[in-house]
Amino acid sequence: MQPLVEMKNISIAFGGVQAVDDVSITLYPGEVVGLLGHNGAGKSTLIKILSGAYKMDSGEIWINGEPARIQSPRDARDYNIETIYQTLALADNLDAASNLFLGRELVTSLGFVDEDRMEAETRKIMARLNPNFQKLNEPVSALSGGQRQSVAIARAVYFNAKILIMDEPTAALGVHETAMVADLIQELKKQGLGIFLISHDTREMMELCDRVAVMKNGQMIGTERVEDVTEDDILSMIILGKNPKAAA
Amino acid sequence: MSTDTTDTTQTAPAPRKRSIFETLELDTRLLGMIGAFILVALIFNTLTDGRFLTPRNIFNLTIQTVSVAIMATGMVFVIVSRHIDLSVGAVLAACSALMAMTQVRFLPGTVGLEIGHWAIPWITIAVGIALGALIGAFNGWLIGYHGIPAFIVTLGGFLIWRNVGWYQTGGQTIGPLDQTFMMFGGINGTLGGTISWVICAIAVIFTIFAIFNARRTKLSHGFIVKPLWAEVTLAAISTGAIVGFVAILASYKVPDRVVARDPGRFGCEVAEGCAPVYGLPISVLLLIAIAAIMTVIARKTRFGRYIFATGGNPDAAELSGINTRLLTVKIFALMGVLCAIAAVVASSRLANHSNDLGTLDELRVIAAAVIGGTALSGGVGTIYGAILGALIMQSLQSGMAMVGVDAPLQNIVVGMVLVAAVFIDIQYRKRLGS
Repeated sequence: MQPLVEMKNISIAFGGVQAVDDVSITLYPGEVVGLLGHNGAGKSTLIKILSGAYKMDSGEIWINGEPARIQSPRDARDYNIETIYQTLALADNLDAASNLFLGRELVTSLGFVDEDRMEAETRKIMARLNPNFQKLNEPVSALSGGQRQSVAIARAVYFNAKILIMDEPTAALGVHETAMVADLIQELKKQGLGIFLISHDTREMMELCDRVAVMKNGQMIGTERVEDVTEDDILSMIILGKNPKAAA
Repeated sequence: MSTDTTDTTQTAPAPRKRSIFETLELDTRLLGMIGAFILVALIFNTLTDGRFLTPRNIFNLTIQTVSVAIMATGMVFVIVSRHIDLSVGAVLAACSALMAMTQVRFLPGTVGLEIGHWAIPWITIAVGIALGALIGAFNGWLIGYHGIPAFIVTLGGFLIWRNVGWYQTGGQTIGPLDQTFMMFGGINGTLGGTISWVICAIAVIFTIFAIFNARRTKLSHGFIVKPLWAEVTLAAISTGAIVGFVAILASYKVPDRVVARDPGRFGCEVAEGCAPVYGLPISVLLLIAIAAIMTVIARKTRFGRYIFATGGNPDAAELSGINTRLLTVKIFALMGVLCAIAAVVASSRLANHSNDLGTLDELRVIAAAVIGGTALSGGVGTIYGAILGALIMQSLQSGMAMVGVDAPLQNIVVGMVLVAAVFIDIQYRKRLGS
């Protein structure tokens, strides 16, 4: 099967620090790949290269078997790559609809922003993703963590993402909301999306992902199918930076 | 929607229950500001034995506010995007100097157009707006693309541009300005009674149409709307405000001696029995038009929405694919254009350009925006708020001058009002929990 994304030999340095060092990773359609590692292991940096927030120093990105040029978040969007950031990249002072359509507003035939249509569309998609969502006319700063996260996810879903990057999507959420995100991931997977998931929670990753990739100090330690490894194997990869299966 | 921003004298917020305000979906901050403005007006009216709220003084107050209010609408965008512009007064002076030189020396002298030629004022205004846009865009380029803080760039501009103007004119006062050009200044350019009432009628029809059209659109999407009586009340208040405002300005009679000097100007053969009124000043119409355009930009265009998004969370805006650098250039270029338009109004009100035109305007403009509820932390601000802020500041200043308050004390009061307004605003926001 053709991989959806191939990142080949990616490197990036900030000042003297080699944040990502010759890392390669692939993602197939309908697959969830988890990225694990300590803080500063380079997971978020690697993923920000794919989402266009950082420019890599060297390496190649291939999407659907063709080389891709991703220089900015806008480029990434053109490849249907959507990112849900750890820091919830929402403008707190704007309402849900404005955030959902930020950068891609619906406009009337005269070129003016069509607020009513945006609100109607937002109502539709939120009814599907999070039926409890009511506060459509308030700034998102008035929303709970889960509600804010569902706005961020709605953004990715609405614009037909093919490749979804989720950076700690459940970090700010309660138990119920975490379950909601897990269900949503399964749903999107069925639709054939490829998902990169970043998290610190090894157990959660074992449940949600098909494969996990472990990074340490900017280098890729190894990528394994979750059914082939135990949680302890992964922990030792994270802590020791060695792949026990490769050593065996 | 736009016309009621400059007129507040008629929209007295009667002491009604809170729930009614909520049903009407009126902005409580706006009501608070209107309340403050009415309070200021009533106090000064009492202290001056009724001289403050005369048609003549209200007329003067509005035309004095226009120049600062025009710039304040642009300052809202600058501050909302987490920048500041300390150079607006200086840019105004530079634009005014260039425009004065263009219409008084360059076009009649070098180009050889007759004095009073129809093209002079329009070429002049185009030249001034071009200079304003250029200075603004240059500031925005330094700030957006090179990361120099706006405070520093515009502090430099504060020192630079006024003195560039000085070099253009050699420090001289330039005048008299073109007759048509001076129509934008206030008392020299008013519409008289009939046209004022025609414009009033158009504004009333437009307001009613806008309110009910918005309701229809909302209903077509199946949104919940306010009860019909609330819409009718809102329409009644807005149209009442518009009519009241025009009625006041249309009751300001031109003094007999002015009519006697040139009855033809007021459409009369002889001065006797002419009794013309001033009506709406063109400069006030200009401000209303700018306020309407700026409000539409803020709410209905991508440009405006990106300004607010960038102010709310610059990283989110950038990650959403918004070109925040180019956005900064556009914001400051727009600010420069508004400075040039304000320069037209300010210089023509005085009938000449002098080098100290717009001195300290940067502080008045920033204060107007801030009193009007624009948060320096970014992301929050309204156009109508800034205009009301400018009106409140101007009322305080001319009110105190009428009462005869000592000059130093006037500045002390204005300074305290500025700080108090922001204090109240912060408390209000805290209580809302946002």
